[in-house]
Amino acid sequence: MTDCAVAHMNERDKRGRYLSDMTANDGFVTFDRVQKSYDGENLVVKDLNLSIGKGEFLTMLGPSGSGKTTCLMMLAGFESATHGEIKLDGVSINNIPPHKRGIGMVFQNYALFPHMTVAENLAFPLEVRKMGKDEREAKVKRALDMVQMGAFGGRRPAQLSGGQQQRIALARALVFDAELVLMDEPLGALDKQLREHMQFEIKHLHEQLGITVVYVTHDQGEALTMSDRVAVFNDGRIQQLAPPEDLYERPENSFVAQFIGENNTLGGRIEKIEGDVAEVRLHSGELISAFPVNVTQPGEETTISIRPERVEIDHTRLPADAHLIDAEVLEWIYMGDIFRTRLRVAGNDQFVIKSRNSGDQRKLKPGEKIKIGWAPMDARALDAS
Amino acid sequence: MSLPAYASTGQRVWYYSFRVICGLIFAFLIIPILVIIPLSFNATDFFTFTPEMLRLDPEGYSLKHYEDFFTDDGWQAALRNSFIIAPIATILAVVFGTLAAIGLSQSHVPFRRAIMAILISPMIVPLIISATGMFFFYSAMGNFLEDTFGLSQDFVGYIKIILAHAALGIPFVIITVTATLVGFDHSLTRAAANMGANPVTTFFKVQMPLILPGVISGGLFAFITSFDEVVVVIFIGSASQQTLPWQMFTGLREQISPTILAVATILVVISILLLTTVELLRRRSERLRGMSPG
Repeated sequence: MTDCAVAHMNERDKRGRYLSDMTANDGFVTFDRVQKSYDGENLVVKDLNLSIGKGEFLTMLGPSGSGKTTCLMMLAGFESATHGEIKLDGVSINNIPPHKRGIGMVFQNYALFPHMTVAENLAFPLEVRKMGKDEREAKVKRALDMVQMGAFGGRRPAQLSGGQQQRIALARALVFDAELVLMDEPLGALDKQLREHMQFEIKHLHEQLGITVVYVTHDQGEALTMSDRVAVFNDGRIQQLAPPEDLYERPENSFVAQFIGENNTLGGRIEKIEGDVAEVRLHSGELISAFPVNVTQPGEETTISIRPERVEIDHTRLPADAHLIDAEVLEWIYMGDIFRTRLRVAGNDQFVIKSRNSGDQRKLKPGEKIKIGWAPMDARALDAS
Repeated sequence: MSLPAYASTGQRVWYYSFRVICGLIFAFLIIPILVIIPLSFNATDFFTFTPEMLRLDPEGYSLKHYEDFFTDDGWQAALRNSFIIAPIATILAVVFGTLAAIGLSQSHVPFRRAIMAILISPMIVPLIISATGMFFFYSAMGNFLEDTFGLSQDFVGYIKIILAHAALGIPFVIITVTATLVGFDHSLTRAAANMGANPVTTFFKVQMPLILPGVISGGLFAFITSFDEVVVVIFIGSASQQTLPWQMFTGLREQISPTILAVATILVVISILLLTTVELLRRRSERLRGMSPG
């Protein structure tokens, strides 16, 4: 690699990180009112508007059938948008065939060519670009070193383990210096430990190279760990587009609250809303205060969402204005780093709290009656659906 | 599979009779082919095992029929015709059969099953019926080619037989290539496109190498079909396109010469070589498929 190329990459690196820190975007990839239908009747993707900044790591997260993979395939060019426009670096790519888009991609099943060695697999995108042999070999070597697979150039894909194949697929998507790399559930087939390890490696590669990554997964842990921003898909629409922290702490609707992380729900009706506090009458009769998110009117049905780790048993740690509510212990599970307690609260017997194993916690017994509470800010009043 | 200690009498009987039945099937299939091999080394001009041969006397054996085959003009012309017609017909069958198989393996093609059935019909319809149809079709086409383009009758004769044999060979190619395509991972072509390869490069660099075993075995079947074919040749060929099987057929009818046995032995050897190739390719394909991830 020449000095010039290194300098160029560093510059891209800085710019990429700068932009992702601000979560700003200059619209490197934009979806403008994109719709997709396979049968001409049902829309798989409904009116998608999304702008992805240069150097950003954006994850499309959602259950299967939510339209996330379809969006990725439209970006790669394997599916065409029924309506709307997709732009890459300001240029519409609707009418550009996949092989002219210059987008790298890691496939779910890796899609390594079984009849070629690892080095031949990596050289393939360089060969079709008519690159000279010396340059080709240098790039292949650099890409293999990048994923710590330098010694495996002569092997065939079948002689590698799943994790090694995954690394090769990653190297192959990066070897031709694509600025945009798409990943379609690339870690789905790996075991948990390897998956977590690869998450960090991909994240580090993204930071090193300053590339833009669009990552599709249904694993929320993966999405939260790796991304600058996460787009939560459901039913062909983006439900929320936010950095991981916002997504977990401040879900905007009950789908996102349910989908990301563990979540306790209580049904109720809004009594009154005053600024940042809503008084909610639960269906079981108790009155609690909560933070109104997408509810506006008194009398409206609502679902209260509370994270298990934000529920307190120790009342001294609660703010003065916190409501207390009766709970009955149903189950107490020791999980090592945390205790997981299942309670019956306001008629919901799937109410879970998690408490840190801090040494001074006592073991709760099934049948025990306790009072629990939370800060009003942590109880989010969302739509009732 | 040896007999377990607890086998009942019935199981024992079946165990041995199964072996006997298998042996008989094998014998009925193989003996008619094997018997011609010693006969082809007959020193006399008859189709019989002479007393000398049965005594394994070297006097009873000779290579004269083989010599006859390699020196006789009629046989040599037939051999040449066979080696002109079969390879060209094979190439045509392989090209069209492979294209058809790839096209028909794509899920968006309408009426795939019906088209497939039509393309495979030459294999199912009795040959004499295909041949009759081909006789009328190709004589009309031959006349058209001769009249319109002024091609020689000889040349047109070759074209007719080559096209007819290609049509007979295509079903084999379609079937073998379709079978290989079933295991083909279509995300590989997507991956190739994604890396910048145009569809033509993708086909030759990615898809073709992986379906090659199917293409080659289909090609071998097509070659054998054309090389062994006698009915269609007799129907639509003229004397100058006489192929080996035709020559053998007329040889049997007009002059019962053991030269036919020498030719048959040579053809058996060629067939065994070709089938061995098919088997080796099949193993290679299995290995490659076992190697594909996922």
